Amino acid sequence: MPLLSGAPEARIGRGASPAEYQLLPVVAVLIGSMVPILPIIATAPVMPPFGFLILLAWRMLRREMWPAWVGVLFGLFDDLFSGNPMGTGVLLWTLAFLAVDALDRRWVWRTFRQEWIIAGLLVTLLSLFSAWISASALLHRPWVLLPQIAAAILVFPIIFRTCAALDRFRNRR
Amino acid sequence: MAPPSPRRPGFSRRAQYSLFAGYVVAVAGALIGLLMVVTSRLDPEGHSGLQRFASDITAPFSSAGRTVASWFGEGGSQVGAYFNAASKNRAMERELKAARIKAVAADRNAVEVARLKKLLGIADATPQRVAVAHLVASTGAASRRFATLTAGSSQNVANGMAVLTAEGLVGRIYQAGNASSRVLLIIDANSTIPVKRARDNLPALVNGLGDGRMEVRPLAAASNPFKVGDVFVTSGTGGIYRPGIPVARATAAKRDKMIAQPVADPAGFDYAIVEREFVVAPPLPENELPKGAD
Repeated sequence: MPLLSGAPEARIGRGASPAEYQLLPVVAVLIGSMVPILPIIATAPVMPPFGFLILLAWRMLRREMWPAWVGVLFGLFDDLFSGNPMGTGVLLWTLAFLAVDALDRRWVWRTFRQEWIIAGLLVTLLSLFSAWISASALLHRPWVLLPQIAAAILVFPIIFRTCAALDRFRNRR
Repeated sequence: MAPPSPRRPGFSRRAQYSLFAGYVVAVAGALIGLLMVVTSRLDPEGHSGLQRFASDITAPFSSAGRTVASWFGEGGSQVGAYFNAASKNRAMERELKAARIKAVAADRNAVEVARLKKLLGIADATPQRVAVAHLVASTGAASRRFATLTAGSSQNVANGMAVLTAEGLVGRIYQAGNASSRVLLIIDANSTIPVKRARDNLPALVNGLGDGRMEVRPLAAASNPFKVGDVFVTSGTGGIYRPGIPVARATAAKRDKMIAQPVADPAGFDYAIVEREFVVAPPLPENELPKGAD
């Protein structure tokens, strides 16, 4: 049959393997969490929490992919590198996941802008509560956290697009 | 129609139970996180083992990256160094000649100072160098300012030791791992260091502000005696840091305090020296105080 002969047939089955399919999003989040090991000495909290943003992006792209408890594991990994006390990520990331789950029940159809607003709110809360948990005296001057929050909000669309591209890559046939 | 979602499992009992179990695990996990947070607040050493382990594993990568980054950063100045090489050489020879003369004078002074100190019976607090290492990374996303140092307990680095560069004070060891450690930088918002003005020993406290700057508050309650440009050095009060390490330079005056910049530029950290904790000698009894010393 001319319709099935040639190139398309040869490409069938060349897509991502099941392990690759599952691991790609996980690795993306873990790499985001390991950004603080980059050789940069920052004198102020200016770096957005990349791991959390990547996790949120995947959560919003693929609602059904991960149950809420993955926040425990990803949060634990993030705590190893973030500089916050152990347990900060475990607690806050899981709560963020539960919050997004609760939102999913009430508010099924969301546009990207709405997702962006949700991500911005969650990142702001994460930043403030992380500072509170690490007993930072920054809480008396919370505007020092603003550059970090602003950077996180501005970088979220790029992260979302990157995750979508990765998603397309792992769904290739 | 809304998309079918595992979070709305419909009438399947099995799907409902597994969803419910997922939430139970998540809430339990969050509670464990809360417990860890509380215990790590009460006992910072307790959970840090995992963090130290992670830092030990990743510090070599940060270190390698730091080398590459500084190589690229220096590329421009390396090329620039070839221009005006001859005139620079002449200027440096002049400076060297002047420095040699000064060095001889300094040697003479050092001998004289040592003799006078002996005369007065002042015991010297000799700085005890433990290790020399690189500062390679920092927690840019967290509200605390920690840097990673490529030396740990295998080089005898222990918690509480002072970290400094040739320019001035950097911070102190917060978590010593095996081959790397976390340094609490002096620009952290929770860091307070007793200092004195280098010029006249006027005491003050210097606090990190969390945004790369510091604030200097005079200990005396009267009006702000400090001026822009004043340099503050550690006073040695309370131990940890030996006296005389440059800490901050005042850059702006506020009503009752000064805004200052750290003397050792954190972004330019290269080699850092780890020194043993400074222990304050017990005060001498009144009648044994040498006359004329304060």
